[in-house]
Formats: sequence, C-alpha cells, structure tokens
Amino acid sequence: MNIVVCVKQVPDTETLIKVKPDGSGIVEDGIKWVMNPYDEYGVEEALKWKEKQGGDVTIISLGPARIMETIRTALAMGADKGILIDDPSLSGADAFTTATALAAAIKTIPYDVIFCGQRAIDDDSGQVGAVLAELLGIPSVTIITKAEVADKTVKVLRPIEGAQLSIQSPLPCVITCQKGLNEPRYASLPGIMKAKKKPVDIKNAAALGITVDMKAKVVKTIPPPARPPGKIIEGEEPAQKAAALVKLLREEAKVI
Amino acid sequence: MAKGIWIVAEQRDGALRKVSYELASAARKLADQLGEEVGAILLGGPGVEGLAGQLGKYGVDKVYVAENAAFEPYTTDAHSLAITTAVKANDPSILLLAASAQGKDLSARLVGKLATGMATDCTDLKIADGKMVAVRPMYAGKCYGEIVVSGTPQMASLRPNVFPLAENAKAGAVEKFDPGLDPAKLQTKVLEVMKETGGSIDVSEANIIVSGGRGMKGPENYGMLEELAGLLKGAVGASRAAVDAGWRPLKDQVGQTGKTVAPNLYIACGISGAIQHLAGMSSSKYIVAVNKDPEAPIFARADYGIVDDLFKIVPEITKEAKKLLAE
Repeated sequence: MNIVVCVKQVPDTETLIKVKPDGSGIVEDGIKWVMNPYDEYGVEEALKWKEKQGGDVTIISLGPARIMETIRTALAMGADKGILIDDPSLSGADAFTTATALAAAIKTIPYDVIFCGQRAIDDDSGQVGAVLAELLGIPSVTIITKAEVADKTVKVLRPIEGAQLSIQSPLPCVITCQKGLNEPRYASLPGIMKAKKKPVDIKNAAALGITVDMKAKVVKTIPPPARPPGKIIEGEEPAQKAAALVKLLREEAKVI
Repeated sequence: MAKGIWIVAEQRDGALRKVSYELASAARKLADQLGEEVGAILLGGPGVEGLAGQLGKYGVDKVYVAENAAFEPYTTDAHSLAITTAVKANDPSILLLAASAQGKDLSARLVGKLATGMATDCTDLKIADGKMVAVRPMYAGKCYGEIVVSGTPQMASLRPNVFPLAENAKAGAVEKFDPGLDPAKLQTKVLEVMKETGGSIDVSEANIIVSGGRGMKGPENYGMLEELAGLLKGAVGASRAAVDAGWRPLKDQVGQTGKTVAPNLYIACGISGAIQHLAGMSSSKYIVAVNKDPEAPIFARADYGIVDDLFKIVPEITKEAKKLLAE
C-alpha cells in the first residue's frame, strides 16, 4: 500500500500567542514548533496500516524550512520518506493554495490513501483535507475516529451530534483524523537515528507547476473579544452562595 | 455579477435544525446591508419542500429545493454536488453554512468544488466596502482573525448557537431545481446511523451544560452533575483531564481537542480553566465557575464565580434550583 500523510507544523498549545501591534499576524519569536496534534493521528494510522498491509509511508509538508524537523519526527516514528514543499510564494497560503501545492506533490507519486489531520490548531480552518481530495478527484471522509481497511475500501466512524455514522469509501480517498482514532507512538532512539538517513525531497512551486492564487486572506489579527468582568459570589455558608447564584441566574442572567 | 446571500439549510429526521434559523437570520442581516436577497438551499428526501416556509419566517426570500432519496442520510458527495449545481447556476455572492458536524464536512468540500475561500467557525460577520468580513477565533481562541474572501462565492461557516435568531417574515418561495446527481459520482455510502442511547442531550446541542473537571476526583462523583443537568434539562460536559482519566466519554469532552459549545449557561465544576478548555466554551452566554482554588484561571472568564468546595456547593445549587423551578 502506498500511504501518504500530510503534516503541518504549528505552535505548541502552551504557547502564549501575542498579536503584532499592527495586526498583521502573531509574534513568531520564541514559539516552540510541534507537529499538528491531529496530524500525529494520521502518521500513527498510516504506520498501523503499513504494519498490517505492507507498503510505505510518505510524509508531505508545506514549508518553511523549519518543518524539516517535523518531517524527521514522522520518519523517526516509522515513515519511510518525505517531500517538503518550500517556496516563499506559498508563505501564508490559504486552504485552497495549500491543497493545490499538496495535490501537485502527491500527483508525482503513487497513492492508495491520504491521511490529514481534521484541522490544524493554528488556523483551526479544517478545509485542506477535503479540498485536496476534490483537487485529486477522490472521495473524502472527514473527522473520523475509526478506520478499517479491506481490499479497495475503507470503513470509517464519524461522530455527529447525538450519533455516530459508519461510512464506507472506495480507495483511494482522503481521511481526516480526529482524536480517538489512535494513540500516536513516540519515536524510539533507533528510530530517530534511522530517520536522519531517510530521503526527503525538497520541491518548490515552479518544480510542481503551481501558480499561487489566494482565495481568502486574514486581513487583520486581533486579540480575543473581552468578556465583561464577572463577580465572585460571597457568603458565609455554601447554601447562601448557592442561593445567591441561583437568584442571579434567574433574575439577572435569565438563563434558568 | 455575483448577487444574493445564500445559506445551506440543515435538516435531520424531517426537521430543520436550529442552526438553519441562525444562518437565515445572519444572512438576512447581511442582505439588508447590501440590498440583496436571501436564498436558501434545502436538500432532502421527497417532501422536504414542506420545511421551506419555516425558513421564510427568518428572512429567506427564496428556497432552492431538491428532493431525492440520495440526500438521506447526508453524504458529502450528494450534497456537495447538488449545492455546486445550484450555486453555479445562480451565482450568489455569499454562501453561509453551519460549522456543525455536517457543515464542517460539506463546507470544506464545497471550497474545493467552487474553488473559493472560506472563513471557518465564525463568531461574527460584517460588511466593509461591499465585502463580507468574517470574524473568527484562531489558535484555539487565543486571538481572532478578520477574513476577507476574494473568491466567489465568499464562504463562511458559522459557529452554532452564537448568531441571534431574528424573525423577519419573507416569502420563502420554493423553486425546485434539478441537482444533476450522477450516480457514478456518489462514492461514499452511509452504512449505519448509530444514535446515542440513553436519551441524554448531546453536549453540542444543550442550552445548559454542567461540566466537571479534575476537581471531581473520580467518575463516581459525576452523579451530582447529572442530577443538576437533568433538573435544568441540560447535558453533562467534561474537561480533557476527566476524559483522559477515563471518567467520562470522549463525546462529552469540551475544549480545543474536544467539542466547541456555546450554551446559554456553562457551569464549570472543578475545572481550572486552561486555555485549551476555554477554547471550547468561551462562546457560552453565561459562565459559572465553582472551584476551591481562588487562583484558578477560570474565574477570569466566569460571569459568576464561587470559590468553595464543589462537593458542598453543587448539591446546594441543585437544592435551590429545585425550589425555584417548583414555583
């Protein structure tokens, strides 16, 4: 099986995000960059499928150059090779442009399934996986918590409000991974050593024949909306505090 | 020239989901600012046309209906193909969907089919220089972004329970369209819909959520949260700590790697309020925090806070609420 995993590098979730004073983005100094957590589920699932079905796992990432570290992490976990698309014109790419670049790279190799994270935790957009599938002309199954491969199809589980859907798709398809799909493994020390020698192809926009055509832009980055300050409910006894709270919820907030 | 503010209505089991009215209300507001009409796409099995009038109530001028068994249950292929047909034939300037489970899947595929741009999970929409400016959280809500789409239609998905309902009776006139479904293009199949048993409300659909975190100390203590939630006709949520500890199921997790909720009331019990948790509930209308640690970050975001032992406070809240609701 030829398995492809799309991987993005994002700020660690503990990062204190600071908005630049001119609103043009966030301050990137001092950020600890990690593999997008949802992409980890993709790498793990790919490795499990490889263990079961045989084949190889290719990691694909859109630059900048620092993302090589994340590709190496995936290779250390057990993936076989990588493709890094690094081009300044693709910096700040929107979902459509990102998917276009990934599609161009993926078209250069054989693939039976493509794993993506269900969203990246920096932009929280959740579009690239499905757009990628559309550009490749294959089905997409998104935000899934279970995947079983058999022959040329995959059966997945997708949680929705109040229910779970069991969905079947032919291969090849794009699968976007949700928490609960698996427990990503840690890279072993031998794995880390082996990863240094695994091949990573570096491509630019021209080599892939991409022209950049942004469809959406973040025109301003702003701090989160402020909530009006709340009140701490005082009282001698728990019963008094509870009574005061319930009264406020009924009379002031009007929510019960 | 692209014209018309369109929504994709969401229905399930023969009824429109509340978020459809939120979409209509938001679209109506934009349309009135731009002097345009509001259209809705409504897909479903035979008879779904009957739901069109309810969309008219919330400001929809025209409802584009396609009825076909292939639309039930929802599949990405059938719905995205049909919507693409309608959009290409009518060229609306704006297309809004819900950032619901279905909407997230459908909207992303449409971005590809329509080769446009989209702002995901928006909390506000404005108009500036004739264009839609979508406001949305990024980095788990640590900052927000204002997005402008240069593609057509300008797409946005709306966070459920955030946009206010506004009744504004318009025609809701039905226009049936041929979705042009090529069976060869319907590749994914729903094998089974497994509804959650127990009759409990899903956390993402509840108006009131009583949520427990690490401070609950163990799964056996959630009974008192279930009692309070049941009394208030709400749902019980959980922080990541509680889910990772195996106390509560993943489907109840609220937060950055769990569900995003926006209930009228969110009562956080024994939850410290880490930024990753806030990411999932900061759109709540009212937040109550009960925690014995006065330094817990949740108090900075709560409208009402009680610094005390939740094991003493929660039963008292239930007692008081029972009294109140019995009146």
